[in-house]
Amino acid sequence: MASLITLIWLLVKIVALVLALVVLVIYLTYLERKVIGYMQSRIGPNRVGPRGLFQPFADMLKLLTKELIFPTASNRYLFLVAPMISFGTALAGWAIVPFDKGMVFANLNAGVLYSLAVSSLGVYGILVAGWASNSKYALFGALRAAAQSISYEIAMGFALIGVMMAANSLNFQTVIEAQSGGIWHWYWLPLFPLFIIYWISGVAETNRTPFDVAEGESELVAGFHVEYSGVMFALFYFAEYANMILISTLITVLFLGGWLSPFQGIPYLEQVFAGVPGFIWLGLKLSFFVYCYLWFRATFPRFRYDQIMRLGWKVFIPLTLVWIVVVALAVQFHLPPWFK
Amino acid sequence: MQVVHIVFYIFAAMAVVSALVVISVRNPVRSVLALVVTFFSMAGVWMILSAEFLSLILLLVYVGAVMTLFLFVVMMLNANSTGSREGFTRYLPFGILLVLLLVALMIISFGSSFTQLPAPVPPGADYSNVTQLGAVLYTEYAYPFEIAGVLLLAAIVAAISLAHRTPKQRKSQNINEQLRVRREDRVRLVKMPPEKKNDLS
Repeated sequence: MASLITLIWLLVKIVALVLALVVLVIYLTYLERKVIGYMQSRIGPNRVGPRGLFQPFADMLKLLTKELIFPTASNRYLFLVAPMISFGTALAGWAIVPFDKGMVFANLNAGVLYSLAVSSLGVYGILVAGWASNSKYALFGALRAAAQSISYEIAMGFALIGVMMAANSLNFQTVIEAQSGGIWHWYWLPLFPLFIIYWISGVAETNRTPFDVAEGESELVAGFHVEYSGVMFALFYFAEYANMILISTLITVLFLGGWLSPFQGIPYLEQVFAGVPGFIWLGLKLSFFVYCYLWFRATFPRFRYDQIMRLGWKVFIPLTLVWIVVVALAVQFHLPPWFK
Repeated sequence: MQVVHIVFYIFAAMAVVSALVVISVRNPVRSVLALVVTFFSMAGVWMILSAEFLSLILLLVYVGAVMTLFLFVVMMLNANSTGSREGFTRYLPFGILLVLLLVALMIISFGSSFTQLPAPVPPGADYSNVTQLGAVLYTEYAYPFEIAGVLLLAAIVAAISLAHRTPKQRKSQNINEQLRVRREDRVRLVKMPPEKKNDLS
């Protein structure tokens, strides 16, 4: 009976997380349109509700009521499964994210590896969608996405190895606690190249501009989800934005101290902000990275395909390898103040 | 029958069924996808054995990288093999032989207690699969581990040198050269006197 209650309680928490995520994602689409609008001297959506605030709900209703179209000669079963894979992997990554001290669904010992494994599973949604659509544009998008995600996963993995060595753990809680002691103790400083590489690889992994060759609307119409409509398209859309938030959270957790207060160790400010709960800090830090996604989209032109490959293989991987050696030396010789 | 057992049987059944699908389905892309499901269920089984490090590495390396490359190649080649059915019966004796060898190996390694193995001892709460693995891998088995690494490196070098083509045969672009380009290399400003209008009269 006790286990049943814990199970029900867990389910309630999961549903709460998913609902929160849905609201976050639909308002992220609104924010994106507004931000890019203002950056391009436009107003963005402003018709539905005050300042267009109900626009995301209107969009959602539109997508939910649209007809589902299955292309002829498409692989019906896989065509249906692909958005589910994308959606499922986008949600599964949240299982190990620590929102505050002890506030986590699964305090996995190998949490860092889990996050990497789940993000590498996400590419199957794209690959299956591209193949099952039986369309050349979709197939091209899927192939590009596969090649890109394999290349950038390696750099991402090496960046994570640096974090694991510095924190001496694969557990997210321990990684955060190892960074305690104020803003200069967070890993963005001693692992600066890895931080930047993880950030850029994260953008590449989520297929966002300037790495959005998988969608590439000017050359591939919409890439892997050309043939999708209605709810199935909405699932892909949701997965993309949920992954953006997830990657931003992971950057925050790994390199910016997660739920730690930035005023730790500063005499006066530390007491003033002592009452602020950890998830507020986490939210503030991760919203910066989420905003950067939108900023990048309004700023950078798309990378050419061979330049993406060159950046991944010839720049990032050698750089991470060098910095792993540096981190290993720093940990071995207890370089103060980070490695005691 | 605990919840763990039910989860195990679900994963085990998924693994067996998807493995059968791998060898019986006609379309190579579907076959690769079924193999992905097999790996995924095996990762689940390993997770139940609290080998979480191995399980996640299986997901990361095999499902995340190797199978993606497989799928990539199969999709690129667009191989619609119709002749795979003939191969099925042709290679059946060979397959049976392999299975027999594997079963024999298992029987030898487990000895007479094959049917009555003791239940695995559930590890304590502070058990860390990563630490356990690292402790033996980098001390007791450091030498074989390094040899395996060098072997893999040799294989990579061999594969690249086999597939490598000299720059003349390649159509790749020199990005350094492209980045160094200045306006003067591409655009030439020419001073010329204004042309006289044709006198139409």
